[in-house]
Amino acid sequence: MSQDIFVVVEHLRGQVADISYVMLAAARELSKGIGGNVVAVLLGHKAEGLAGSPSAGSPVPAALAQAGQCLAADQVLYLDHPALADFTSDAYQKALAGLISEKQPRAVLFGNTSIGADVASGLSIKLGLPLVSSCRSFSADGKFVSQICGGKIMAEGDLPSPTALVTMVPGGYKPEAGQSAQAPALTRLEVAGLDALRVSLTKYIEPEAGDVDISKEPLLIAVGRGIQQQDNIQLAEDLAQAMGGVVCGSRPVIDQGWLATSRLVGKSGKHVKPKVYLALGISGAPEHAEAITDSDMIIAINTDPKAPIFDIAKYGTETDLFDLIDPLIEKVKAAKG
Amino acid sequence: MNIVVLVKLVPDLVEELNIDPSGAALDMSWLRLIINEFDDHASEEAILLKERGGGQVTAVAPEYEGVDEVLFTAAARGADRLIKITGDFVAANNHALARACASVIEGLQPDLVLTGVQANNDLDGPVGPTLAECLGMPYVGYVSGVTVNDGKVTARKEYPGGLIAEMEVTLPAVLGIQAAEQPPRYVAVSKVRMVMKTATIEERAADALDASGGPAVGRMFQPEAAAHAEMITGSPDEVADKLVSIFKEVGVL
Repeated sequence: MSQDIFVVVEHLRGQVADISYVMLAAARELSKGIGGNVVAVLLGHKAEGLAGSPSAGSPVPAALAQAGQCLAADQVLYLDHPALADFTSDAYQKALAGLISEKQPRAVLFGNTSIGADVASGLSIKLGLPLVSSCRSFSADGKFVSQICGGKIMAEGDLPSPTALVTMVPGGYKPEAGQSAQAPALTRLEVAGLDALRVSLTKYIEPEAGDVDISKEPLLIAVGRGIQQQDNIQLAEDLAQAMGGVVCGSRPVIDQGWLATSRLVGKSGKHVKPKVYLALGISGAPEHAEAITDSDMIIAINTDPKAPIFDIAKYGTETDLFDLIDPLIEKVKAAKG
Repeated sequence: MNIVVLVKLVPDLVEELNIDPSGAALDMSWLRLIINEFDDHASEEAILLKERGGGQVTAVAPEYEGVDEVLFTAAARGADRLIKITGDFVAANNHALARACASVIEGLQPDLVLTGVQANNDLDGPVGPTLAECLGMPYVGYVSGVTVNDGKVTARKEYPGGLIAEMEVTLPAVLGIQAAEQPPRYVAVSKVRMVMKTATIEERAADALDASGGPAVGRMFQPEAAAHAEMITGSPDEVADKLVSIFKEVGVL
């Protein structure tokens, strides 16, 4: 049993995911309150370069150090095994179960992502350890603060014992706070028991290229559930055409098949950074909000005054979008002459 | 192919959410519950698999107010068997729920279990991977496409940015569905009413709920935003005028 805080580093095809740095930043904050070291746990195969730690013949660590993007951890535990070359839930879970039961850290942080959320729950049941999900930050005295109900409710509680498994959402810490120019020391650990695996990666399928790349567009007209039905997408298209912008959408709209997947903004789609992001009927759930915060200006049109989108928007209105859109198109056309 | 789809009900976020007098839980007394939208997709995917490859679909749901209608809707879509797990699940966490459902689902000897990848009130992880471990089955989540072939499934798992990983999973297995291959089909109320006359819901009582593994909440609160949008009020014409002047100011018009 130790007070150490483990961070399971998420990486995909040779790139460390931003959430890993967010978790390291969170772990550093938490360690100030409860003590212990921040330990990055890296699972992979020939992946030690990702930590920014020196390894024979790899130019990657030096580049990361130069960019100040080494993992900001006191040390790195590196689990190297061919079965860990790409993420699969079965191999990751087995490898982590062995490590956690041996080291018994105070907490293990995972991303609340398609990597971390796939393994944390199974570990909780298998090891009999408590799990907190959707944690956004830790308070100074070490309490978890999680966001639920689409970001409308926060739940706070003591970090459960003995080892708290925690899945983290972005928003509470800046990734830069989890990066360092100093390469951490890396210890390679043996991994056993990675046989009879029931999940294997067959291949990656690249995202379909759309007609436009919404992550590069300066003016986005975004539609959410509030657009109500497929026919109404045309209203957004008309406005986009009048303004010279591009239509994109949140998950419910894409899942209905009303817009192409290449137009998806959110956790599972594109992160965007337009000059203006005009959100029509979008509530601003965390999965969507995390992908638009780099916009220069967010303007939200939503009849629900408590919609979280208004907390990140510069301007907002509760006017019904169906009352507003026709006069808006008219006035935009008039302004353009 | 014996497919089980597990659905649960969650707070309708369109409604006003309140904290109960304890200060540590949602006030459930007036809260409207609706099917978890990801479970709705899981239900659709189960029916699609049956239509493509045959088999039987059993819809399983823990008891909440309004759950009968959700189960009958599943039947109207094509589910063959409906099971309600009775017990007091209103305040149950996902550890308790997964354990209670696992003991019933195990008896159904499924080849494949589908459920939503997440729900809006998850505080101790999603139900799917918790259930999978209780059943001793592998789990893959964030799935938006499933193909069955000979004792295995190929699951299309989503990563950020639209990248897909094709995972091969040995059956029996649990999959957490992010999106069905087509939008959940609409079922007319009249059709659900007709199904209610013929379909039956089997009831299974849950064992005593075991919530261990979920965190204790000391306090719940509505977040106070660091900032709030400057709100534009007035008639639609006035609001449109103001928006146009903002567009001009920032140079997008």
